[in-house]
Amino acid sequence: MPDVRTEEMVLNMGPQHPSTHGVFRAELVTDGEIVTAVRPHVGYLHRCFEKHAENLSYTGVIPFTDRLDYLASMNQNFGFVLAVEKMLGLEVPERADYIRVIMAELNRMASHLMMVGHMGTDAGAITPILYGFRDREYILDLFEEVSGARLLYNYYRVGGVIADLTPKFVEKTRKFLDYIGPMIDDFDQLLSYNKIFLGRTVGVGILPPEVAINYAVTGPNLRGSGVNWDLRRDEPYSIYPKLSFDVIVGKEGPGVVGDSWNRYWVRVQEIRESAKIVRQALDGLPEGEFIRAPKNVRPPKGADLYHRTETPRGELGYYIISDGTPTPFRVKVRSPGFVHISAIPAFCTNIMVADLVMSMGTLDFVMGEVDR
Amino acid sequence: MREWGRSLAGTLGAPEWVGQVALMFIGAIGVFLIMALAALAFVWLERKVAGRIQSRYGPNRAGKFGLLQTLADAVKLLLKEDIIPAAADRRLFILAPYIVFIATFAAFVVIPWSGKLYISDLNVGILYLIAMGSFVVVGILMAGWASNNKWSLLGAMRAAAQIVSYEVPVALAILTVIVLAGTMNMREIQEAQSGWIWKWHVFQSPFTFLAFFLYFVGSIAEANRTPFDMPEAEQELTAGFHTEYSGMRWAFFFLAEYGNLLLVSLVAAVLFLGGWNVGIPGVPIPGPIVLAAKAVLLVLLQMWLRWTLPRLRVDQVMAVCWKYLMPLSFGTLIGAGAWRMFFPGAA
Repeated sequence: MPDVRTEEMVLNMGPQHPSTHGVFRAELVTDGEIVTAVRPHVGYLHRCFEKHAENLSYTGVIPFTDRLDYLASMNQNFGFVLAVEKMLGLEVPERADYIRVIMAELNRMASHLMMVGHMGTDAGAITPILYGFRDREYILDLFEEVSGARLLYNYYRVGGVIADLTPKFVEKTRKFLDYIGPMIDDFDQLLSYNKIFLGRTVGVGILPPEVAINYAVTGPNLRGSGVNWDLRRDEPYSIYPKLSFDVIVGKEGPGVVGDSWNRYWVRVQEIRESAKIVRQALDGLPEGEFIRAPKNVRPPKGADLYHRTETPRGELGYYIISDGTPTPFRVKVRSPGFVHISAIPAFCTNIMVADLVMSMGTLDFVMGEVDR
Repeated sequence: MREWGRSLAGTLGAPEWVGQVALMFIGAIGVFLIMALAALAFVWLERKVAGRIQSRYGPNRAGKFGLLQTLADAVKLLLKEDIIPAAADRRLFILAPYIVFIATFAAFVVIPWSGKLYISDLNVGILYLIAMGSFVVVGILMAGWASNNKWSLLGAMRAAAQIVSYEVPVALAILTVIVLAGTMNMREIQEAQSGWIWKWHVFQSPFTFLAFFLYFVGSIAEANRTPFDMPEAEQELTAGFHTEYSGMRWAFFFLAEYGNLLLVSLVAAVLFLGGWNVGIPGVPIPGPIVLAAKAVLLVLLQMWLRWTLPRLRVDQVMAVCWKYLMPLSFGTLIGAGAWRMFFPGAA
């Protein structure tokens, strides 16, 4: 009998694809259903953020940072203004600090709500994402209340935030925090412990902790692999030292440490933790100014600084070099998504296509910040 | 039917075969209408059910309660540009949706709607149904291959593996009922379930009870519905084997899918749930309405499952079939045979 010719098939997943989150191309070499090689290709959403930043004032860069990780705009703003303030040696009014953390944590909740929903979609359950979006709408309403925008807020400034909280905001936020707890339990019931979902995520796409650390994976992905590291606790900034919250780390439960289930579960629990943080911040909210803007934002010539914060995706770092002028000389963004994508070939080979989709989904990258 | 054909021909004064053929056409059109209208209705139902489960309304602008939505969709699909990929195998590409549609459509002829209302009274009705169910695979493979698209091919291969594998537990579950009923004739099976509700086959023995669930799960897999919708997994394959189909061709696939849903539910209702029998003797509800109601309930159940559960991975789908459903269905068959031996009266 002549040899049956079997070849490996080279498949392009993306850039237009319902499940690669954003314009992302993964070149797969498959042998039947098994993926033998993954080669990620990025750059489809490159919008020259870093070049733009060289021609804008420090305040002018802020709206551009919104558009990096558009699902967590507040956190992107936060990182940037913190870096600039550190370069200037500026201290922010306490009220502004509290407001900033409230916004950042609310945005973390919104981002995670969307992401755990769409992990369900990657597994085929189309309903959870709509539940996630429904609850996220409340958060977007809160943001609209205070900044005027639903998704790209441009809310932070060097020295504080652009507008104060309204009394309605505080009341609505407290109502929302009471509402979200049972909703997460609902979510858990629908998806987290569903046998089929467990079958799709437990033991799938295991990212060993050493590999994660070697590839500089951060954020919930790193914590899902069992590494207890959270910048909010370990390199605290703003008012985080005053707040008490748990750092959720992946565990052996239904899932194996480092698998997709743990990466998903860490995010679900982080929604609860963020709710805790927001509650504490609201309780401790002081009166005062919401901004103490410097006359000129002009860091000293030759000053350079790298500052990192914990965003819903991981460690976001801004490296700013100043040349004494009102515009930065260089703004470099260390984006967590870019780093996570580079780790994909390390743990997503020799698995099935369906598992690949699941694993990449749980990495939770947003192309806006990957490509900048 | 033959007598009707003869009498029709007699009244028209034409040779007998004219009456036969005329009736065949009327029957075919009738079945097509049932299938098409059912598909239209189920598309609307699915979108409303999906909407409500997802905490939203579903279509409610096109007509009251969105009832005209499917019509609007049909018009849109008819007006859409017919795109055939340049490198596709034209003949197979065009033929594939028709084959899938015909397979489902042809299976409807053996469903008896009441004691007297049926298109075809095949003595081996069930066998014919199972055969038609397998025929769908040919169309799906053609669609996947002819699209000249690797993702479609992957989806088609998954579909073929899945449908062919699940034939086994489905056929065995059906066999369990046949053992109990002693006939493959769909009409006689329903007549055997007349009377009170415990005469329904699903309650007659623990083995047929289990067989009902095996059949139901297996038929969801046959119809490529979540949790077994790997072949059309949007998140991975864009749209699986029907990625490259647009407009009316795609509509045919979907007509076939919803027709299949109805077919599978009808068969479950006929075999297990008493068919046209109400379950309480003497209640004057016409048979077809009872049967349709039971089928619609099962269809609703399938829709509920689709919007609640995630989907199984393809190797898990295979594992469920070969490692769980098949041994269980063999067990029910043997058990049903033993049951029949010890309780010969129960039939």
